[in-house]
Amino acid sequence: MMMSIGAVAAASTLDLLAYSPPGWGATLLKGLLNSIVIALGAYGLGLLIGIGGAFGKLYGGPVLKDLLAVYTTIVRAVPELVLILILFYAFTGVLNEALLAWGFDRVQISPIVTGIAVLGIVQGAYQTEVLRGGILAVPSGQIEAARAMGMSRGLLARRITLPLMASNALPGMANLWLNATKDTALLAVIGFSELTQATKQAASTTKAFFTFFAAAMVLYLCISLLSTFLIGRIEKWARRGQRDMRG
Amino acid sequence: MKNLVLAAVAALAFGSAALADPLKIGVASEPYPPFTSPDASGNWVGWEVDFMTAICKQAALDCVITPTAWDGIIPALTSGQIDVIMSSMTITDERKKTIDFSDKYYKTPANVVATKGSGIKPTPEGLAGKIVGVQVSTIHETYVQKYFAPTAAEVKTYQTQDEANQDLAAGRIDAIMADSIALDAFLASDAGKACCESEGAVTDDPVVLGAGVGFGLRKGDPLLPKLNEAIKAIRADGTYDAITAKYFASTIYSE
Amino acid sequence: MGAAWPTGYEGLMRDFLKPHRIILLAIALALVAFCVLKLRWDWLAEPKYQIALLQGIWRSIWIMVVTMVIGMLLAIPIGLAQAAGPWYLATPARVFCTVIRGTPLLMQLWLLYYGLGSLFPTIPGIRDSVLWPILRQAWPYAVVALSLSVAGYEGEVMRGAFKGVPHGQLEAAKSMGMPRLTILRRIWLPQAIHRVLPTIGGETVLQLKSTPLVSTITIMDTYAVAGRIRQDTFIVYEPLILLAVIYMVITGIIVLAFRWFERRLPTRTA
Repeated sequence: MMMSIGAVAAASTLDLLAYSPPGWGATLLKGLLNSIVIALGAYGLGLLIGIGGAFGKLYGGPVLKDLLAVYTTIVRAVPELVLILILFYAFTGVLNEALLAWGFDRVQISPIVTGIAVLGIVQGAYQTEVLRGGILAVPSGQIEAARAMGMSRGLLARRITLPLMASNALPGMANLWLNATKDTALLAVIGFSELTQATKQAASTTKAFFTFFAAAMVLYLCISLLSTFLIGRIEKWARRGQRDMRG
Repeated sequence: MKNLVLAAVAALAFGSAALADPLKIGVASEPYPPFTSPDASGNWVGWEVDFMTAICKQAALDCVITPTAWDGIIPALTSGQIDVIMSSMTITDERKKTIDFSDKYYKTPANVVATKGSGIKPTPEGLAGKIVGVQVSTIHETYVQKYFAPTAAEVKTYQTQDEANQDLAAGRIDAIMADSIALDAFLASDAGKACCESEGAVTDDPVVLGAGVGFGLRKGDPLLPKLNEAIKAIRADGTYDAITAKYFASTIYSE
Repeated sequence: MGAAWPTGYEGLMRDFLKPHRIILLAIALALVAFCVLKLRWDWLAEPKYQIALLQGIWRSIWIMVVTMVIGMLLAIPIGLAQAAGPWYLATPARVFCTVIRGTPLLMQLWLLYYGLGSLFPTIPGIRDSVLWPILRQAWPYAVVALSLSVAGYEGEVMRGAFKGVPHGQLEAAKSMGMPRLTILRRIWLPQAIHRVLPTIGGETVLQLKSTPLVSTITIMDTYAVAGRIRQDTFIVYEPLILLAVIYMVITGIIVLAFRWFERRLPTRTA
């Protein structure tokens, strides 16, 4: 008797998670794909901001330095959820109002682009700090040696500063990538159809809350474990040819 | 800094190119059966969706459903993320200060649902000392705050009606007040059947409970007369009744 | 005038008030003035919103402090189990940390609140049990989820801290015949905690920034109150700006408090 109840429960759980309707598998995977696209985009945008910001903070003019300090301080002091809301409304609202004021039409910005922009700006602040730390940790002797050999600034950055910075900043940057994947869940609060939102919709329509939330946890965990594995490989590669500091 | 500007420009170009012109119909991203809810393949279904399809066909509009969080749906409209709100939003004077409404396209009474055998009545006395759940920023919440809050133990607000239903089924709250149709759908579900029963309609208060449900539009949007004509047209040619008959036993358009 | 100030302070002021800073400050002041004068703040005068905001801030801080303390207390055994425990303790602790750190907190919170809530009707007699008045409220789920989150992240940090304590010290204690528990209490734990202390300030700020998530399970924290005001008044930006300012002020207070605390702490690291 108990066995058969268990079998029925298992069968209905599998039905709910099946790929095609009435299963919600495809919807969940679509949500997962959206989450990954947004995380990748936000991380990439954050990287652009971060590299610019890190060099700006170290070598920029006084005004740029102060502005970057304001940016990183505010972003790191305000909860992501609040920032996402502010940027979500401000990003499109202010833009459209400006366009209307100048006599243009409203632009429609797709939710994915908005999500990438919003999370990218958040990521950018954290990446600025991590990369700045990475640059600072480059031994000044190496830079001076390169300068003494007459290397140009561009070459110096490409051959010495950037590769050394990259390996210094890797652990921090790896952490930020994991944060980026997890922060996509916050977009559910403003109604984006990424994994968390898709899960919630599936759960509240079918009332199988435990099944779907547990399934989504497994999917998130897969991203995280896979990322950790790949990061480990990258770290090994980035540290090639370096002496082990721990002796 | 330059990178930031470049990225923003790229995002804009990409964004505006990717989505040309269709009218963005904002629907609360949380399921609100039987009016709007996603099915297993992620398509939106329900009375309001069928109704919208008919309206858009009538008015020759290219419409696309855009899920938006309910609590931010008016800001999303005014800031241009969506063009029309179609989310069972009741026409109230308070909302009219910020947005325009089309004519109403349905109106139903408000009910109270409570756990079985609780002896709760849909009156301030009947709910004294109880925990009442209601969806945030709805006419029902205004009603609960005005009539029930003084005597109730606590008023809990939810982002979605579904969460309120869920917490009633879980026993975290004693009663909910909402639109009668939405509550009937909940009571017909397995979870609703098992836990709860309707305690009947609340005393009407037209000032709070409003003038029915309409489309929400930005102030001065030229689309407004077009939508009103379309509503009139599909009500006249029987399309409206045909859609209603698909979902409900009786009319949902009370005067 | 200037001569009366101590030179250190004067130097500091001169450093801070470089010419470009004065211009930036002027722009910032103009922005603030614009926000104050041109945006709508009339709702702030309403007593019901003032009271709600103060209550919300109190709830946010309360949740932050309680979950930080519980989480840190849990992190110690979790870190120790991973650093020195037998496999049947180390493995579960490791899995716990991986799951907590590998999934979004929002998802964990919803799994606890809605997932467990959906199981309630299937448990007979639960509504008559002594625990029911607690189980039916929202805050226990928030406290559990946020505490476990701290435990997961800090458990990993504690593991590193335990491993970082120099081996020689532990061996010295052992050779002096100290019992294992005494070694843990007198030497290992204090040194590990001393190593972790500088990170706690940052963790507390992160925890503060996680608290708005509890608004999704019906708790009226600062974030939820601001949302409420926005929904009541249909004002888009102003409550959000106030929200950002409130969190920045609390963050500032946390940072300053920990800086003050750190300065008082004796530094004994060799």
